Amino acid sequence: MEQSSQQPLVSLRGIMKAFPGVLANNNIDLDIFPGEIHALLGENGAGKSTLMKILYGFYRADDGRIWVDGKETRIKSPADARQLNIGMVFQVLNLIPAMSVLENIALFLKDLPGLYNPAQIRKRIFEQSRLYGLEVNPDDMVAHLSIGVQQKVEILKLLLSDAKILILDEPTRVLAPHEVESLFEVLRKLRQNGYAIILITHKLKEVMECTDRITVLRAGRVAGTILCSEANHEKLVQLMFDKQLTAQIEREDLPRALDPVLELVSFSTHGEGTEVSLKNIALKIFPGEIVGVAGVSGNGQKELCDAILGIEKVAGGRKLLKAQDFTHSTTRKMRDFGLGFVPENPLTMATVPFMSVLENMAVTRTADYSRHGGLTMDWKLVQEDARQSLEKFGFTFSYYLPAKSLSGGNLQRLIIAREMMKDSQLIVASYLTRGLDVQSTLVARQELMRARNEGAGVLLISEDLEELFSLCDRLIVLYEGRIAGEFKPSETDYYQIGYLMTGSQGNHVTTH
Amino acid sequence: MSLLALLGVLSSTIFSGTSLLYATLGEVVTERSGTVNLGLEGVLLISAATGYGVTVSTGNPFLGVLAAMLAGGLSNLVFGYLVITRKANQLASGLAVLFFGYGLSALIGKPFVGKLINSLPRYMIPGPGELPLRYTSLFKFDFLIYLVIPMTFFIWWLLYRTRWGLGLRAVGENAETAYASGRNPGMIKFQALFVGGLLAGLGAAHLSIAFTMNWAEYMTGGRGFIAIALVIFSKWHPIRAIAGVLVFSGAVAFQLLLQVSGVNVSPFLLDMIPFILTLTVLLIWGGTRKHSAPATLGRVYQGTE
Ligand SMILES: Nc1ncnc2c1ncn2[C@@H]1O[C@H](COP(=O)(O)OP(=O)(O)O)[C@@H](O)[C@H]1O
Ligand SMILES: [Mg+2]
Repeated sequence: MEQSSQQPLVSLRGIMKAFPGVLANNNIDLDIFPGEIHALLGENGAGKSTLMKILYGFYRADDGRIWVDGKETRIKSPADARQLNIGMVFQVLNLIPAMSVLENIALFLKDLPGLYNPAQIRKRIFEQSRLYGLEVNPDDMVAHLSIGVQQKVEILKLLLSDAKILILDEPTRVLAPHEVESLFEVLRKLRQNGYAIILITHKLKEVMECTDRITVLRAGRVAGTILCSEANHEKLVQLMFDKQLTAQIEREDLPRALDPVLELVSFSTHGEGTEVSLKNIALKIFPGEIVGVAGVSGNGQKELCDAILGIEKVAGGRKLLKAQDFTHSTTRKMRDFGLGFVPENPLTMATVPFMSVLENMAVTRTADYSRHGGLTMDWKLVQEDARQSLEKFGFTFSYYLPAKSLSGGNLQRLIIAREMMKDSQLIVASYLTRGLDVQSTLVARQELMRARNEGAGVLLISEDLEELFSLCDRLIVLYEGRIAGEFKPSETDYYQIGYLMTGSQGNHVTTH
Repeated sequence: MSLLALLGVLSSTIFSGTSLLYATLGEVVTERSGTVNLGLEGVLLISAATGYGVTVSTGNPFLGVLAAMLAGGLSNLVFGYLVITRKANQLASGLAVLFFGYGLSALIGKPFVGKLINSLPRYMIPGPGELPLRYTSLFKFDFLIYLVIPMTFFIWWLLYRTRWGLGLRAVGENAETAYASGRNPGMIKFQALFVGGLLAGLGAAHLSIAFTMNWAEYMTGGRGFIAIALVIFSKWHPIRAIAGVLVFSGAVAFQLLLQVSGVNVSPFLLDMIPFILTLTVLLIWGGTRKHSAPATLGRVYQGTE
């Protein structure tokens, strides 16, 4: 690679960006060359998305300078960035579900005439999608597409918008292994055709597989830039994380309990609108085991949690806890039984944003803490419990900050601490480690394993196959509201799970 | 009941339905961009008073229509200043505009109460030429009536077939996506409000300059609110708004017919029929509402940092 002799297509110098409480980007320099796939690597919260949103004009930097094609420019909005042929696929997909694929793409066309002709756009979509093997039906509503197909639409949208500098923010996050491979195929073709690609990820394997150069961000700073050919796993880990990670997760061999703590018998719900209906779910969770739910999010995970918790109405079948019928019980009854719940979005689903940390710690257990018939609360006891469980996790918070001022990772820690504060019989954890840094991820997993070792039944929903394979005693795959398969981790592999996750059958590849 | 009464009711249904349809169309446009203007009633009143006043002063009803449209557009821009620029809550701001409209329209209209105007000229519908005059006079309509259906299709075309409409709907669904596509969501929301205000102004002008041909306080009689309900009824779609207006106005007509035919039911009860019908339909639609409502309806766009 002789990129160093070339002029960079994009140069960022001294980019600074602060959000309340965090310096998300601290003096970042970055060069992107034409015809390269440049990985931006770093753990959650390292500042990758923020940096790229600044390049795309979605955020405005507090300080720093940007050159594109050798000319210094000011990018004040996405409109400016698009003028410079910069395009971005956001981490959270940004398609509009209520519109067709065609309309979503038209929205981003640079030369869209005031009166546009759908037939012409359809033709352009077909041409471009054939070129890169990104087949989509332009007339489908986005709401009906799987996440994998939506990702294709996002990329088509980018290509048709005439972008030459493509930013892809964690595009593989929601893809099954074989889909990741076809995405990389597309990226390689694009590289050949002279596009510059910035690929954000926190997965080392992907980085080694398909990129030319790697820039590692850590806590808002550049930890280093290396050529992919000179990189190896250890080097990258060292750049990504300061300290060496040693803690191990200990799984005790427990005798299999006889009776399940949770049993779902031909369990169904009726989903409205964009919700998924659960269909005929049969599931047993025994004390002392972790059952993992693999699946692309949006295939019934949220509905499953809500139905177990008693938020969503059960349309058919039964829900038994320790052989007692809880099918139509309220959430309160479930909580009294000893249910811990870590939902997928801690800010909106598990905390009251304007209440303090301490109040949030108590909010799911007001009955335990109320005194004088509910007229007062025993805040001392709350504080003591909170201190203990936070200590166990090595977290510290000010108890009197409003919950909404905590960062995503800290909020997640707060919820984990709260939900595992008392001994639970059943724990439902959705995306347990989303938004956590590596250290807290480890603690959270250890904590979950401890609960299991002490006899709790655990349902763990995750989109991280590595996490599922390392933690779970059993795995089920959820696809379109059904259980598409059930395995012991030792009896299956990522590819088989991946295919089931995306509803593809047959051509099962076992080679890695 | 005479044929004349029947035709009379039909004719008045068309007259009163027209202003309602314009107002509904206007609200469809603004709600598609994610803004709900609960103060529509106030905007209608301001426009009706302004249009009437200008017609009295200039003697030209067409100038009156123009003035009413501008008044509607500007009132909506004031609302836009509150909810877009100042990021105020939409419902509260809507109520503020409502009461502001009550007051301002009374102030504007006061000097013109009881004044006579040249109303909008009416043209015979082609067809029933041989009928006696007392029938045919019921079917002479002003241009705003003839325009309202083509206008509905025009608005549909604008929303669903043009770049502007695409951007507008995108803002209502997800303002951040619209921003990422290089658009300015705030500007688009202002534009939608302005166009919605122009349409509301047309409806109000029809009410005071063509239909009732006078100005009275609170003369819109809840049309602004009915229009907001009809937007939900029509699932935010301009063409379905025709059906909504037909159902509501049809119920009004039915209720009038019952009254003229002398049935022995309290007229107050009969007055309620259209509203009860609208409520019922809303209840039935209500369950599926989330499929068609613009996803960010009623939410304030905060912008990015
Ligand atoms: N809009 C925002 N408001 C406040 N804080 C933010 C915002 N976006 C990101 N952050 C914070 O900035 C830091 C970097 O976030 P991000 O760039 O998303 O990291 P990454 O993409 O590397 O996971 C995190 O601490 C995050 O909580
Ligand atoms: Mg990110």
